[in-house]
Amino acid sequence: MELLSEPFAYGFFRQGLAVAVLVGVLCGLMGVYVVLRHMSYIGHGLSHAVFGGAVVAYVFAVDFYLGAGLWGFLAALLINYVARRRRIGADAAIGIVTTASFALGVAYISRTRSFTTNFEAALFGQILGVTAEDLAVVAAVTIGVAAFLVLGHKRLLFMTFDPEVAPIFGIRTGWMDALFALALAATIVASINVVGVTLIAATLIIPATTARLLTDSFGRMLWLSATLGGVSGLVGMYASYWLDVSSGATIVLLQASLFVLAFAWQWATGRRFAWAAAPVVTVRGRPQVMDDL
Amino acid sequence: MMSTTAAAVRTPTTSGADAPLVRFERVSASYGGPAVLLDVDLELARGALVGVVGPSGAGKTTLLRAMVGQVPRLRGRVTIDGREVRHGRVAGVGWVPQLETVDWDFPATVREVVLMGRWGRRSLRPWITREDRIDADRALERLGIGGLGDRQIRALSGGQQQRVFLARAMIGDPVLLLLDEPTSGVDLRTRDEVLHLLADLNAQGVTIVLTTHELNSVAAHLPWVVCVNRTVIAEGDPDRVFTAEILGATYDADLRVVRQDGMVLVADAAPHRMRDALRHRHDGYEHSHHEHDGVPHVHHVPDR
Repeated sequence: MELLSEPFAYGFFRQGLAVAVLVGVLCGLMGVYVVLRHMSYIGHGLSHAVFGGAVVAYVFAVDFYLGAGLWGFLAALLINYVARRRRIGADAAIGIVTTASFALGVAYISRTRSFTTNFEAALFGQILGVTAEDLAVVAAVTIGVAAFLVLGHKRLLFMTFDPEVAPIFGIRTGWMDALFALALAATIVASINVVGVTLIAATLIIPATTARLLTDSFGRMLWLSATLGGVSGLVGMYASYWLDVSSGATIVLLQASLFVLAFAWQWATGRRFAWAAAPVVTVRGRPQVMDDL
Repeated sequence: MMSTTAAAVRTPTTSGADAPLVRFERVSASYGGPAVLLDVDLELARGALVGVVGPSGAGKTTLLRAMVGQVPRLRGRVTIDGREVRHGRVAGVGWVPQLETVDWDFPATVREVVLMGRWGRRSLRPWITREDRIDADRALERLGIGGLGDRQIRALSGGQQQRVFLARAMIGDPVLLLLDEPTSGVDLRTRDEVLHLLADLNAQGVTIVLTTHELNSVAAHLPWVVCVNRTVIAEGDPDRVFTAEILGATYDADLRVVRQDGMVLVADAAPHRMRDALRHRHDGYEHSHHEHDGVPHVHHVPDR
């Protein structure tokens, strides 16, 4: 028992643990929308764009959260705008905007040779270096994003399910898309210290995808994904302390392991991909229409 | 042989108190490129059941989208029940999308999908209330699929799926129901189900406008059709509108219309021409090489 509570003796661990759990929950919630909107690549791209913003904020001595957050938000809006051009798909728009932003950051670093310590922290995360201010920011972002997801639940659900038709039924998709982009940028900026630019996409995608394997209900998927994210943050932090491995990598590896377990469980129980196969009733090998059910 | 022109077929549906429900006044529309609709003038009567036909890219869906303010560049005026349609929500209109565009893997229940029909307003409460549940179940009952509210949308037949989206459109009690290709990609039985269902809803007073590619199996059975190719070519009872002249102008193709026992059958002449051309080539081949005079040439009969 004493062994278990040992890391709690350190203030940096307690703060790191709290941040890891909050970021896990936050990414778990946002990840559901990211995955179901088929935007997995945007999580990856936006985190790289935010890196460019972090460097620019550093250059102009602007607060990291403000500078990187605003940069990420603008990048997300720009992606939306470019993707609406008929000749450019969303994937290409994400690729252009985010890699250009990332390249800007790298170009500055290679020229001035400054920001190098922060560079590594931004790329791979430095959870044990989080301050009380970081914790407050992550907590505020988690509360803000959760409030947005709760109040906008029905509109977001409709937009995610049927983006073309939602405006016909009165959903103001332009505003909701902008707010979602803001929430996503805030999530990524808040998570950057924990898992780093390179691993944020995983924390957004893996818990949500694992939850999708386990349920066919949107509401349950939200709860499951947030729980998986929070638990993997908690256990991953513990494991990284004892294994002396990078916290971000440990958290992501744990999430990946849970995904494999869920996948294997589905396979073993025959419930694999419940959503991918329609329950077809067959009579003498011929599929029947299920009108009589 | 009845010879009709577009002008002769088009009959005004307005007279005094029977003002049209939908009115297009010199409407042109585009998505940034060339005009998809050009100078459309159209009136649709209250309580009508209308099919919009025309080739791909003729502006059928744009005509529907113009009625819900979802065309980015629109000139002219569209009114529903006397009120001008503006960008954004248009009260009293229900929309049923093409089933082929629906993400069936999405983790949503039938009830959630139906309730989306009212989530454009009063949507801040994240949970489904008891009242919501009752209304959704009532809408499902009305469409003959009561008891399926908790099902995942994928676990339904094509006909049931179409009914779910009809229920979503109907939960707001619309006066106008718009359906984009409701019979596209569905089997014959589902198509018949959908048409009967629409006839029932129409009998209950709902004005219905649908787009379709199926002239014989769908459009010919509707009481009113509108032929569109960037503009309205003709409109009226399919018995009068479906002529080789009008359909030829609408589809820019050689179509033949056969009338027998009160039924109208539209046939594409192109395959016949192709068959004739192929037969001619084949005959030439036979004459020059086999001199069979059209007698089938059997290459090989296996021994029994």
